[in-house]
Amino acid sequence: MSVLVYTENWDGKFKKLSFELVSYAAAIAKEMGGTVTALSIGNVDEEELSKLGNYGASKILNVADDRFSSLDNKALSKAIAAAAKSESAKVIILAHNNLGKALAPRLAVKLDAGLVSGVTALPSGFDPFVVQKKAFTGKAFANVQVNADVKVLTFSQNSYKLVETDNAAVVESFDPGVSDGDFATAVKETNKVTGKVLLTDAEIVISGGRGMKGGENWGGLEELADLLGAGLACSRPVSDEGWRGHSEHVGQTGKIIAPNLYFAFGISGAIQHLGGVSSSKVIVAINKDPEAPIFEAADYGVVGDVFKVIPQLIEGVKEM
Amino acid sequence: MKILVLISNVPDTTTKIRFTGDNTAFDNAGVQWIINPWDELALTRAVELKEAGSVEKITVANVGSKLTEATLRKALAVGADDAIRIDSDPKDAYFVAKQLAAVSGEYDIILAGIEASDYNGSAVGGMLAELLGYNSVSAVSGLNIEKGTATVNREIDGGSQVLTIAVPVVLIVQKGITKEPRIPAMRGIMMARKKPLNVVPPIEADEKTVFVNYELPSPKAACKMVDEDNAKELIAMLHEEAKVL
Ligand SMILES: Cc1cc2nc3c(=O)[nH]c(=O)nc-3n(C[C@H](O)[C@H](O)[C@H](O)COP(=O)(O)OP(=O)(O)OC[C@H]3O[C@@H](n4cnc5c(N)ncnc54)[C@H](O)[C@@H]3O)c2cc1C
Ligand SMILES: Nc1ncnc2c1ncn2[C@@H]1O[C@H](COP(=O)(O)O)[C@@H](O)[C@H]1O
Repeated sequence: MSVLVYTENWDGKFKKLSFELVSYAAAIAKEMGGTVTALSIGNVDEEELSKLGNYGASKILNVADDRFSSLDNKALSKAIAAAAKSESAKVIILAHNNLGKALAPRLAVKLDAGLVSGVTALPSGFDPFVVQKKAFTGKAFANVQVNADVKVLTFSQNSYKLVETDNAAVVESFDPGVSDGDFATAVKETNKVTGKVLLTDAEIVISGGRGMKGGENWGGLEELADLLGAGLACSRPVSDEGWRGHSEHVGQTGKIIAPNLYFAFGISGAIQHLGGVSSSKVIVAINKDPEAPIFEAADYGVVGDVFKVIPQLIEGVKEM
Repeated sequence: MKILVLISNVPDTTTKIRFTGDNTAFDNAGVQWIINPWDELALTRAVELKEAGSVEKITVANVGSKLTEATLRKALAVGADDAIRIDSDPKDAYFVAKQLAAVSGEYDIILAGIEASDYNGSAVGGMLAELLGYNSVSAVSGLNIEKGTATVNREIDGGSQVLTIAVPVVLIVQKGITKEPRIPAMRGIMMARKKPLNVVPPIEADEKTVFVNYELPSPKAACKMVDEDNAKELIAMLHEEAKVL
C-alpha cells in the first residue's frame, strides 16, 4: 500500500508546503501500514529531490520533462494518475493551492476515487475513512467520509507540522506515458512575482483596508513587511479602488490564507473579509473604532489611528 | 460560440452558520439564497462577451431542488438566455458533475466557479471537464474570445499567465474575470419570466463522499488590548507571549 504525494517545485526548488505535504502523507502511511512515494514533475536536481526523503518519502518518482511547464491540466492529471496506478496508491495527496485544486478533481474521476478538498487534519478514522475539511469559507469544519477505495485529498497549507525523519529515499525516473497530443495549453506570457514574499507562503502577513485612506500611504506597511519578511495583503475595496493589486486581495472572494500572524490595519472585519483570514494563528487589529467587528476575531488589538501606530511598530521591530 | 455557466445556489455570504440534528445538517431556517459569488462573476463576463458579439447564446445550469429556481430566474434576469435545472439534491461533487455532464455536450465554453462558498469543494468544474474529456483551465481571472479562440488569464502559484486554449473547454473562474457582478435591471427581471427554465430528471450516479457532521471553530479568547500611545509594547507581546515574531 502506498500514499502518493504530488510535490510541486518552483524553479527547481521545493517550498515548505511540499515538505508539509510529505510529512502529512507519512503520518497517514504509518496509520495505514504503507509507504510514501513522492512524485516530482519538472527539472529538480538530485540533491533537492533527496530532501523529500527527510520528511518521510521512501521513494521519489522523478519526471524530468519540460513539456509539463505549461501546466496543462489534462496532461498533468494524466501523469499523476499514471504514477498513482503504477504505485497502486490508495491515497493521493496534493496541495490545496491553484494547481492542486485544478488537478485533484480530474484525478479523482480518472481513478474512480473520492475527493476531499481543503483537508485540515489527519483522518479521524480509516475504516471508514473520515477526514476533516474547511466548510462555509472558514466558518465551520466538516467531517467527510469517503466511500471509495482510492482517496484524493487536497491539503490546506499550515494544517500539519513538519516532521523530519532519517529516511533515505530512492530516486527513480518515471515515464508517465503522456504524448505531445495531450498538451493543449499554449502559454503566451508568464508574469512571476519576484523579490516579494508570496502571500500564500508567508508566515506573517501585513494587511491594509480602507482605513489606510489611499495607495500612497502604504510606505509604512511596506517597511514593516520588509523588516518582518512578511507578505502584503489588503481588503477587497482596496484592490477594487486600485490602491493595491488584485493579487493582494484576501477574503471570501480573494485569497484564503492561514499565516501564523495576520495584521489588519484599518480593516473593519466584515464577515467576507474574515472568511479569508480567520484560520490565521494570531490576528492583530489596529482600528480607530472600538466597535469594529475585527476586534471580535482578533487576539491582540489597538484602538487608535493607524498612522500613529505604524511608526511605533516599526520602531519596536527595529529594536527587537 | 455557446457558453454554459454552472450556477451553484448558496447561502448569502453574511449568513450565520448553524447546524441541526446533532450537527449533522446545515440549518436552512431563514437563509437567503444567492448565486455563488464566482458563478455570478462568470455569468457577468459571459453577458459582456455576448453584448460584444462574440457569444451567441448563454445557458445556465444547476443541479438542485425546486427551491433553486429563484436563483436561476435571477441568472436569467442578469442575461442568460435559458436555464436547465436538473431535479435532484446535489449529493456530492461527483454526483453533480455526472448530472451536468449529461446536459453539457453542445457548449464550446463551460464556466464554473473556483469553489462554492458553502461546501468549498473546488471540484465540480474539474470533474466535469474530465468526464467530458475536455481540457480545463483553473483560477481564470480573464477571458476574451476573438474569431473563435479563447484567450485566458489565469493565476498560478507565484504569478499569472496569459494563454490560448482550444474549445471545447471548461474554465474555472475566480475573481478578476470581470469588475463587478451585474445586478438585474427591472427590464431583465420582466424578461426573465418568459425565458425557458427546463427541468430535467437526474440520471443514475454514485456519490463517493458523505458529509457526516460539522463543527464550529472553538470560540476565541477575548482580544488583548494595547494602548495607542504604547503600541510598541505589542511587538514585545507578540514576541514573548504569542511567540509568533
Ligand atoms: C459577496 C461579497 C464578497 C466579498 N468578499 C470580500 C473579500 O473577499 N474580502 C474583503 O475584504 N471584503 C469582501 N467583501 C466586502 C466586505 O463586505 C467589506 O465591505 C470590506 O471587507 C470592507 O473593507 P475595509 O474593512 O477595508 O473597509 P471598511 O469597512 O470601510 O473599514 C475601514 C475601517 O478602517 C477604520 N479606520 C478608518 N480610518 C482609520 C485610521 N486612520 N486608523 C485606524 N482605523 C481607521 C474604520 O474604523 C473602519 O473600521 C465582500 C462583500 C460581498 C457582498
Ligand atoms: N449543484 C450545482 N449545480 C450546478 N453547478 C454547480 C453545483 N455545485 C457546484 N457547481 C459549480 O461548480 C463550482 C464549484 O463548486 P464546488 O466544486 O461545489 O466547490 C461552482 O462555482 C459552480 O459553478
